[in-house]
Amino acid sequence: MKISIQHIIIFVCAIALFSCKKDNYDAPSSQLSGRLVYQGEPINVEYDKVSFELFQFGFGKTGAIAGTFDQEGKYSMLLFNGEYKFTISKGQGPFQWKQTSTGDPDSLTIKMSGNQVVDLEVTPYYMVREAKLSGSGTSVSGTFKLDKIITSEDAKDIEQVSLYINKTIFVSSANNIAVTSLAGNEIVDMNNISLQVAVPGMTPSQNYVFARIGVKIAGVEDMIFSPIEKISL
Amino acid sequence: MKKIIQITILILLLGAWGCKKDSDFLNVKPNSILDNEQAFSDPTHVLSILADLYNRQLDFSTVKDWATMADFSESFPSENGRANIVQRNSWGFGEWGINWFDSYAYIRELNLFLQRAEAAPTLTDADKSRFLAEGRFLRANFYFEVVKRMGGVPLILEPMLYDFKGDPTYLQMPRAKESEIYDFVISEAEAIKDLLPADVNTKSRASKGAALAMEARAALYAGSIAKYGVNTPQVALPGGEVGIPASMSATYYATALKAANEIINGSAGAYALYNSKSDLAENFANVFLDKNNNPESIFVEDFKLRSGKVQAFTVANQPRYGAEEEEGGRLNPSLNLVESFEKLDNTYAPIQITDNSGNPIYYTDPTDIFAGRDARLAGTVILPGTEFKGRKVDIWAGYLLENGSIITGDDRGAQKTLPGTSSPVQVVGFDGPINAKEFTAQTGFYIRKYLDPSPGAGSRGTNSEVPFIRYRYAEVLLNAAEAAFELGDKATAATYMNEVRARVGLIIPLTAGDITFDRIVHERRVELAFEGHILYDMKRWRIAQQVWDGNAMSVSNLVSDIGKATKRNTQPYGLWPYKYYNPGNANNGKWVYKIILPALVTGSNTFQLGNYYSTINDDVRANNPKIVRQPNQ
Repeated sequence: MKISIQHIIIFVCAIALFSCKKDNYDAPSSQLSGRLVYQGEPINVEYDKVSFELFQFGFGKTGAIAGTFDQEGKYSMLLFNGEYKFTISKGQGPFQWKQTSTGDPDSLTIKMSGNQVVDLEVTPYYMVREAKLSGSGTSVSGTFKLDKIITSEDAKDIEQVSLYINKTIFVSSANNIAVTSLAGNEIVDMNNISLQVAVPGMTPSQNYVFARIGVKIAGVEDMIFSPIEKISL
Repeated sequence: MKKIIQITILILLLGAWGCKKDSDFLNVKPNSILDNEQAFSDPTHVLSILADLYNRQLDFSTVKDWATMADFSESFPSENGRANIVQRNSWGFGEWGINWFDSYAYIRELNLFLQRAEAAPTLTDADKSRFLAEGRFLRANFYFEVVKRMGGVPLILEPMLYDFKGDPTYLQMPRAKESEIYDFVISEAEAIKDLLPADVNTKSRASKGAALAMEARAALYAGSIAKYGVNTPQVALPGGEVGIPASMSATYYATALKAANEIINGSAGAYALYNSKSDLAENFANVFLDKNNNPESIFVEDFKLRSGKVQAFTVANQPRYGAEEEEGGRLNPSLNLVESFEKLDNTYAPIQITDNSGNPIYYTDPTDIFAGRDARLAGTVILPGTEFKGRKVDIWAGYLLENGSIITGDDRGAQKTLPGTSSPVQVVGFDGPINAKEFTAQTGFYIRKYLDPSPGAGSRGTNSEVPFIRYRYAEVLLNAAEAAFELGDKATAATYMNEVRARVGLIIPLTAGDITFDRIVHERRVELAFEGHILYDMKRWRIAQQVWDGNAMSVSNLVSDIGKATKRNTQPYGLWPYKYYNPGNANNGKWVYKIILPALVTGSNTFQLGNYYSTINDDVRANNPKIVRQPNQ
């Protein structure tokens, strides 16, 4: 059979005819968002280090929908409507997540129907309070106080406190251009800690840096931070 | 008449075959497939089955893939497609894991092999016992490789069969305790060691030496997980699938020392340190190259030219200038590793680029800066100014002028005109270093370990037949030293360590008082670099999260605390040689060095607690709900 122009036209028309039909599900469209808080105060963590899990029952595989918190402790996910269980697994975050009586992480039931904001109440080991960051031409200094929140037998010591600065808004132990640290046992007064860090040369030069204070708690992997501030030099 | 004869013949013919039973006629034995009994009837058949099983063992670092040696800031990957190794900030929790399905398929085939070899009626007892011992060795060694990555896993020791009744729960096994897997490896080694040949020349098949070396290493790992696990109490599961109680450490260390001593006292064969060349660095490099007369290697993965089983490590990593192929130079050892090789007086020192008052030192020969160090440095790393295959590598980054400015090019061997002259000259080496120019020595160094100098080894059509050493005698000595140290016998530890060190020119012996945890860690790092130990050593000592702590490294971090076990090692640094250009000056033409961070290095290694044991995927846990999840993930 010779392939003529008519055949091709019929073929193209046939494709066009059936391709109009939608062949897929709608993408999930309900947004679940929120942030980590302690008594309404936001908790700042390191970007992409603290993870959480969402489970939805009844769809075959039993894996979690996993995500991580951003620097400001915020999270967001697009989901289908339905019922979900939210949990943070053991060893995640500079805080205690609610536990069941057997010591396993508890879960939070979230019913999605349209967008929803759920703030997550957790108990941090420490809070960085009254952080004041200021810049001079060549250095950034910060004063702050540490508030010990968990004082029961689960209380932890401070391993070290650090003042990080970076060229971009991502500021953490992995992303910084300079850092000054003070070991936990060198802290004299938890209500008045000050740190200073020299600003190294930057290429291309810029007259501002982003800074925040991080607290490493002994025996806890993730750090807790003060809010990020843009410091003009 | 004629017809009657024809009919008679036809009937007779039918009768001749018609008597045969249908089942005999239809059941034809296939002539291309052997059944179990046939396959296990002849030792050469069994050996070929076993060869496939040998081929499927697991290695962390292997010469079959250069990138398996490239991580952990011990080297820089000079292939732009692999730059992610130095650009990522952390490792995924699934990294270094196993393919669960393939691994248990392999274990099942090992179990089937053991079952079938046991049942084989025509094998001689001697053959059968050796084959069975080899199968058990492979199974134990494989479980050891798995437990290092995953902690306790289901310990399956027989081929399981599904009955197709719709309920697979009877096949779902929970994870064994981490200690139970180590105990299994140790007890198997004890059970099979005397069934295997005690022969130093049996290297690519299991031998008594291999079983004992496996036992020593496994017991040492278990001992250190038990002892140092207290430093990371979060890395444990209540059921013991991860983590070993501290009370068990002394027994494990004693087992490790006993097994290592059996090899050292010669009962497994005449193993010894390789000592055949008068040049100590060449001698050390030859440990990994000499395959015929090598008393050091114990168990290897062998390769053979023109057999289909060859390896391309040399193709990937040979010095680029004058290479047999238009590639090479991929693994660039970092300055972090280079500076950790001791000086001959047993002290640590950074590579001296400046004198005490901070002025640059001008070296007459590019190798002078590395003089007076452990011979393993030049045996492991190709340094600027040294040779490979009789050709000097051309590693230099440019001309340094009197005013401190640098003249260099952006291509291998680029030419430019120097001030005060009129014709262009070469201003950068044909081996680099040039930032982001793949296959050049971007840290200023190439790897020498496992690099095969024989003709054709660097060409894709030929490749190399240098074996990959899985267990070697020097490691056995270091295992013994560490076990003795942990048991409080520092004098024995010093004796064993001095043997390893004297071979490479560190002839001032360490005394018992010199042996510290830092010393043990350091010795293993320099002796066993690029052999796949660094990750598991850091994991079992539970210091990985301190060494790879995610903080970017500064130069002052780099040059301080050398030889300290928990020294930060998050980014691979380089050392670039420059020619000093100042005609008329006494230092003209001499070499100065600069410490640089290769431009592609933007990440810093973060080892999280969740990295200690690799993820068991959700689909695996969904299929078998008895499998508990790893901690901190």
